[in-house]
Amino acid sequence: MDIVLQQLVNGLTLGSVYGLIAIGYTMVYGIIGMINFAHGDVYMVSAYITAIVVALLSYFGIESFPIIIVGTLFITIAITGAYGWAIEQIAYRPLRNSSRLAALISAIGMSLILQNYVQISQGARQQGIPNLLSGAVRFDIGDGFVQITYMKLIILLVAFISMGVLTYIIQKTKLGRMCRATQQDPKMASILGINTDRIISIVFVIGASMAAVAGVLITMDYGAFDFYVGFIIGIKAFTAAVLGGIGSLPGAMLGGLILGISESLFAGLISSDYKDVFSFSLLVIILIVRPSGLLGKPEVEKV
Amino acid sequence: MDSSIDFKKSLIDSILAGLMALVLFGPIVGIVLDGYDFNTEYDRVAWFVAIVMVGRFGVSCFLQSSKGKEMLFKRSSGDSGGVIVTSPNYKSQMIWIIPVVILVGLLVPFIASKYVLTVVILGLIYVLLGLGLNIVVGLAGLLDLGFVGFYAIGAYGLALGYEYLGLGFWSMLPIAAILAAIAGAILGFPVLRMHGDYLAIVTLGFGEIIRLILNNWADVTHGPNGVSAPLPSFFGLEFKRRVADGTTFHEYFGLSYDSGFKYMFIYLILFLVVLLVLYVKKRLVKMPIGRAWEALREDEIACRSLGLNHVLVKLSAFMMGASVGGIAGVFFATYQGFVNPSSFTFLESALILAIVVLGGLGSTLGVVIAAFGLTVLPELLREFAEYRILMFGVLMVVMMIWKPRGLVRVTRTGFATRKGALK
Repeated sequence: MDIVLQQLVNGLTLGSVYGLIAIGYTMVYGIIGMINFAHGDVYMVSAYITAIVVALLSYFGIESFPIIIVGTLFITIAITGAYGWAIEQIAYRPLRNSSRLAALISAIGMSLILQNYVQISQGARQQGIPNLLSGAVRFDIGDGFVQITYMKLIILLVAFISMGVLTYIIQKTKLGRMCRATQQDPKMASILGINTDRIISIVFVIGASMAAVAGVLITMDYGAFDFYVGFIIGIKAFTAAVLGGIGSLPGAMLGGLILGISESLFAGLISSDYKDVFSFSLLVIILIVRPSGLLGKPEVEKV
Repeated sequence: MDSSIDFKKSLIDSILAGLMALVLFGPIVGIVLDGYDFNTEYDRVAWFVAIVMVGRFGVSCFLQSSKGKEMLFKRSSGDSGGVIVTSPNYKSQMIWIIPVVILVGLLVPFIASKYVLTVVILGLIYVLLGLGLNIVVGLAGLLDLGFVGFYAIGAYGLALGYEYLGLGFWSMLPIAAILAAIAGAILGFPVLRMHGDYLAIVTLGFGEIIRLILNNWADVTHGPNGVSAPLPSFFGLEFKRRVADGTTFHEYFGLSYDSGFKYMFIYLILFLVVLLVLYVKKRLVKMPIGRAWEALREDEIACRSLGLNHVLVKLSAFMMGASVGGIAGVFFATYQGFVNPSSFTFLESALILAIVVLGGLGSTLGVVIAAFGLTVLPELLREFAEYRILMFGVLMVVMMIWKPRGLVRVTRTGFATRKGALK
């Protein structure tokens, strides 16, 4: 019983992070209908930037945890957002009118470039950051206990605040309205005076920022990462986006939570060696049973 | 058309790009993590920024010139450069080159050194992989990112089939092709009904699943330690130094033992298989099924309206490509004499995709040249090995922007109504 509860808690934190990354996939897919293959690697870049900022802050003698986490979040979001913008400019914008296959191959090329670029400039070895916040809350249940570290609580808090802020921006602000208009009908939106190219850039920046939040949180919790981390987590976040219904923002968050919880339960109760196999199989099964996802609308192709 | 160049605008562009480059490259390139500490490398950042600024200035000036404007116009008008259609009774002047290539190919093992021969074998294995993936990506337009999974099925099929069932190279060659095709069918059938992009991710996941299973199911696959694979036999004669029962190849023919014999033999079989695949592909493209693949790639909705069963047509391409991948895997295993999961990572799939992209989607000649180029060049330029993946990535992006159909343009013979047919 306590194992199940413990895995449920772990899954909730993992899932909220998957949700954050899935937002990047789902927003880009919603607006230009392509899978941003390099998104997992944007997450990886943000993990490196997190470690660099943490190292810089400790070099300048800043020890207080709240300042470190807030400072790291803001700087990492800014730089990763710039990466999102640059990737869109270089690899996707020139291919706006070409075939989907061309855009997808270009995206894979971008993903390889990012991986190798980080590997060459930072070295292939595994990197890490020191543990910044220790301690946990413990609940006794029967003869076992459930433990939640403070870091995991912060992950949940920051992830839900970011999702809340994003939902507010998309639903209530003028920028959000412009994004939704471009998503529904890019041609009509541009006739009505919306600079759709700029909106697409902004969507990429938003997606990258959400990945940056995830990168900061996961890196501070796990501590270790290498240039290859983006690959697996990217596929999983994509699974989450498909599970929730690709193109749907609440779907991405819901899909992330469901995937995180079910994967943690599988790892804790059945086999942790095959937890990645489980997630991939889940992706295939969703695509067979319900390709439009939980909250997505079925895709109808018109000529 | 005004062709004067506004240098001030170019300069501003260049400075903005430089600032952006500073933000992008500053932390990752300039500050290298070292444990929990870091080292700084300011000169590297300066180089990166300078290159970006000069490059941006050059591009900005070029696009303002009359030639650049022409190029921009061409891009926006969406000229993708389709296939070249030749007249129906066109006969290539280069037809004599085919027997020459075959002859040279057959002579290679007898004149080349053992090292060259092993490199050429590797090149031919990638030609086979490239041809297999080209059926899927180039002809049918389905992006398969887990092609390495079928390659692994072939390679492990030979190694495990030998270990557990005692099957040799010759029996595994067709079985591996069938196994890979079945795996392709199981994977493809549910996914091919859906939008093409999903296929990319699902096949990517499939490639990873195969590798994870090979790594983790240690009782059967011996995990990361790998399995040894058998050599092919020449009508029952083995290519080993000595065998417990029976005669070896060199004993039977009265030759002194040379480890190069096995590579010669593998090369010759592989060469014949590549020729066979080339021939089959050439015929398939002209058959209704090949036409259907290409038609589906160009316009799926139109094809479905005309009554093509898109799932079966795509599935046939997918299975065909998978079985070629399986065959390549068998050759890889016997060539290495040993397989382990680290040969079947996503980077391998990316390399095969780079071959297809560089060679041209659907072009056979291009794929053959690209396969040799991308496998033999890294052998020659070993000091640049760490930049290899970066080059593949740059290659994919640049090719898609500049020449999405590849370096070699596809040509095909046109059709004419037969004499006496109704007009």
